[in-house]
Amino acid sequence: MELSRRDFLKAGGAGIGGIAIWQALGSKKASASPKGFTLTKQIGEKTTICPFDGSGCGFIVASEEQRGKLKVVNIEGDPEHPINNGAGCAKGAALRQLSADNPRRLSKVKYRAPGSTDWVEKDWDWAIEKIAEKIKATRDANWIATDEDKPANRTEAIACLGGAALDNEECYLLSKMARSLGIVYLEHQARI
Amino acid sequence: MTNQWTDIANSDRILVIAGNPAENHPAAYGHITKAIEKGAKLIVVDPRFTRSAAKAHVYCPIRSGTDVAFIGGVIKYVLDDMDVNPGNYNMTYVTEYTNASLLINPNFKGPADLDGMFSGWDSTSKRYINNATHKYNDANSTWRYQMDESGIPKKDKTLKDPNCAFQILKKQFARYTPEMVSKTCGSPQEKFLEVARTFSECGAVGKSGTLMYAMGATQHTNGAQIIRSYAILQLLLANIGVCGGGIQAMRGESNVQGSTDMGLLSHIMTGYNPTPRHTEDTLQKYITRITPKSSDPLSLNWWKNSDKYVVSMLKSWWGDAATKDNDFRYNYLPKVHYKPEVDGDENYTHIALFEAMEKGKVKGLMCWGQNPAVGGPNANQERRALANLDWLVCSDLWETETSIFWKRPELSSAEIQAINTEVFLLPAAGSFEKEGSVTNSARWMQWRYKCADSPGEAIPDLDMMNELMLKIRELYAADASAPNRDAILNLTWNYGTHVDPNQVAKEVNGYDLPTGKLVNGFANLKNDGTTSCGNWVYCASYVEPADEPTAPIPGNRASRRNPDDGPYNVGLFSKWAWCWPMNRRIVYNRASVDLKGEPWDKEHPVIKWDSVNAKWLGDVADGGAKPMAEGGTYPFIMRSEGFGCLFAPVNGPRELSLVDGPLPEHYEPWESPLDANPLSGTMISPVIKIWRPQEQGTPDRYPIVATTYRVVEHWQAGQMTRNLPWLVEQMPEMFVELSEELATLKGIANGDKIVIENARGNVKAVAMVTKRFKPFHLNGTVVHQIGMTWHWGYAGLSTGDSANVLTPSVGDPNTTIPEYKAFLVNIRKA
Repeated sequence: MELSRRDFLKAGGAGIGGIAIWQALGSKKASASPKGFTLTKQIGEKTTICPFDGSGCGFIVASEEQRGKLKVVNIEGDPEHPINNGAGCAKGAALRQLSADNPRRLSKVKYRAPGSTDWVEKDWDWAIEKIAEKIKATRDANWIATDEDKPANRTEAIACLGGAALDNEECYLLSKMARSLGIVYLEHQARI
Repeated sequence: MTNQWTDIANSDRILVIAGNPAENHPAAYGHITKAIEKGAKLIVVDPRFTRSAAKAHVYCPIRSGTDVAFIGGVIKYVLDDMDVNPGNYNMTYVTEYTNASLLINPNFKGPADLDGMFSGWDSTSKRYINNATHKYNDANSTWRYQMDESGIPKKDKTLKDPNCAFQILKKQFARYTPEMVSKTCGSPQEKFLEVARTFSECGAVGKSGTLMYAMGATQHTNGAQIIRSYAILQLLLANIGVCGGGIQAMRGESNVQGSTDMGLLSHIMTGYNPTPRHTEDTLQKYITRITPKSSDPLSLNWWKNSDKYVVSMLKSWWGDAATKDNDFRYNYLPKVHYKPEVDGDENYTHIALFEAMEKGKVKGLMCWGQNPAVGGPNANQERRALANLDWLVCSDLWETETSIFWKRPELSSAEIQAINTEVFLLPAAGSFEKEGSVTNSARWMQWRYKCADSPGEAIPDLDMMNELMLKIRELYAADASAPNRDAILNLTWNYGTHVDPNQVAKEVNGYDLPTGKLVNGFANLKNDGTTSCGNWVYCASYVEPADEPTAPIPGNRASRRNPDDGPYNVGLFSKWAWCWPMNRRIVYNRASVDLKGEPWDKEHPVIKWDSVNAKWLGDVADGGAKPMAEGGTYPFIMRSEGFGCLFAPVNGPRELSLVDGPLPEHYEPWESPLDANPLSGTMISPVIKIWRPQEQGTPDRYPIVATTYRVVEHWQAGQMTRNLPWLVEQMPEMFVELSEELATLKGIANGDKIVIENARGNVKAVAMVTKRFKPFHLNGTVVHQIGMTWHWGYAGLSTGDSANVLTPSVGDPNTTIPEYKAFLVNIRKA
């Protein structure tokens, strides 16, 4: 079955597994073009939700594998989406520039030592270990076990900010993790 | 939002105040256009003639910070018109569904009696003592209902009793005449009246009007009262719960709704359950405070289920270690400090956090995609405070102003070297480089897929949190002397090396523990430890595949893409994605029907009672009880008295009033251009939170009102747009917009670089001289207002000064949201 992008999106809604479509599209779309000659590009499309404002507009991301990496080749408004009906604002139209192709994106852990005037690059293992040690040391040294003889189990020495740009699952894990550590200075963009 | 973006197309009247959707929510704005094409009228009230105003049938200017005066004026117009033309309003709704008929303590006194104050003021503790945890059952508290012998609020359905909420409302707003509105807000009287007249036309049975707002409302020292004024107006016009009605908070970030739902705030945990206090040393004490009581059999009082939600959250977090015998490990949770002398918690909110940081009390900070060095108020203070941290961890897609605060351009290399903060900048995956869900303004939880790879070593925040927590657990496992380490070691943390967001989403939804099946709805949650649920509000979002077999990811309702426009074809799209709570697309929808369960608006029903089968049809009905005429419960199920509140009473420890009063009253912003409040002798709200009184500017030095706003090309603190070449090309520079009159006065030409300064600092920006701002005439005084974009900072592809250098460290007394939208400045040519 030759599926157009529009058919795929409709089919997804009607119950054909949206996840499985990825592979199907990749292989089948390449087999023929409307004019009957073979295309070699393997373009796959999936849906996403805009990361900017709270409208929740739908977009379609087209990407293909280039040198072992899945690269964005196009992003445009999702015409089936009930909120934006395929439209996009200036930010939505520029979504593609958020991708890994933007040379300003961070690709390595950066570290600035006390008093230093510049970054140095570090690897993940080093950073995770260092940060975990900092959190533990600060938490334990500034632990408020009791407050007026009642259990308080908090630290006021660590603060945690952010969440409005994260996914729900990340927000949930952060909420759970921060509270297990006793963090009470827990805030995000909703306050400001 | 109480309703839906797609539902706005059903509105007959659309009032946009304190927001600018044509600029900031432009794709969703299409639903306003649809409504207009069907005959709706758009009304825009804003200090500036915005892009939304350009599309409006009626535009009325308003001075920043005077929204309560304006809406209070509209409320008075409606109340007066109800006397003359009751047939133009849905008086059954007002009498039966709001607390209009409920009687308030006869000793209640309001601003009309007390020159801007409410009864119960305690000058020692500087607060209203009526609004106290221990006062709710004190019959002498004047902010309470009068109770009958069964403990049920007394009513007068004729609405004539001088102590009923309806009459108190009339008395409160009698002073808010068109003349008073005009001299307070600077709105021309005839324009104000056109707004009031046009919007109130949607009060008729079967008509609807929506009220849309954004940060222009909340970011004031009376922000919560501004929202209350909207709620009162919409209840009087019978607009809550109906198609095309409601109050729409237009959210500015893609998941600021979800992050709030998940409890990433100091005062609430997941699902809006309050943070426990140190005085609540047992689960029972905590549950008692947060569980409202009602003696009225006709009130469903939904929050009576709080214990089920809290216990289920504790079971999600501490699993088998949480048992009935050990209070489900409630003791593991951090308890905030409670101050009985002010009956409030220690303030751990944003401004307080940065003040504590400047004092060296906060030593470590984790920043997940937030950029307070641009987005926080009094930005210079926040940047200074960051230098007092021992360590800072930032997870982001880019270098942000926050992560490079230590090398900001104004610092010399000696100053840079004097900063001892260790900084870790972690490369994060972007929104389409990972899988998971976000929740929009309209409570739609929508699933996203991984569509592309991240650059280099960037990884999803979910994996960063996991790696970090695995390492922290390892450290605590090795240190038996560490305090409260069981909270960390017993925490359910079973996500492997790479977290599957589906697993987390299922944990959020919750399980029936004996069967191991996903729970299909929070009515099934229990308080005995046999269910788990990370966030009860999201219960039913991710169910067993058999319960939602046709979703693209079976069981995952957020992934649904069925384009059916929903019950009754009114555009609720009930099978597209998932909407909390319980996929209810319009909340308070029991108020959309008459006492028999018939829709007020026959053309746009939300729900209908099917008397043959004794069930509701249409949207998921709020609470599910029968229509009131058949003995069903009151429609506002999240309130213990069951009604929409015109007057916000003190009803119980979870249902306190607002700390600044049970009714909105106009107060001037902390920095006002006037020397007196036109409405009363009380200049500013007596309870606002002020951190730096010495930084208050006065109109003799800083006579110009300033506000901030966004432009379509940029996003919030700018990190996600000032790094994109296309957007930088379209909107390359920070600017300040001012009227032709002010420009002439100051000798400023369009395009000049100017300095904007006040008691907190100064910024430079390009002057944009426009007709969109006009001077305000306030009782003979001319007041100028300017507006600045606030997206810029010193990091990124496009740099510039930050408007928030000028905003003050003061906050709303209820929320501590800073007063970003009304402050004083002066300007001069650079």
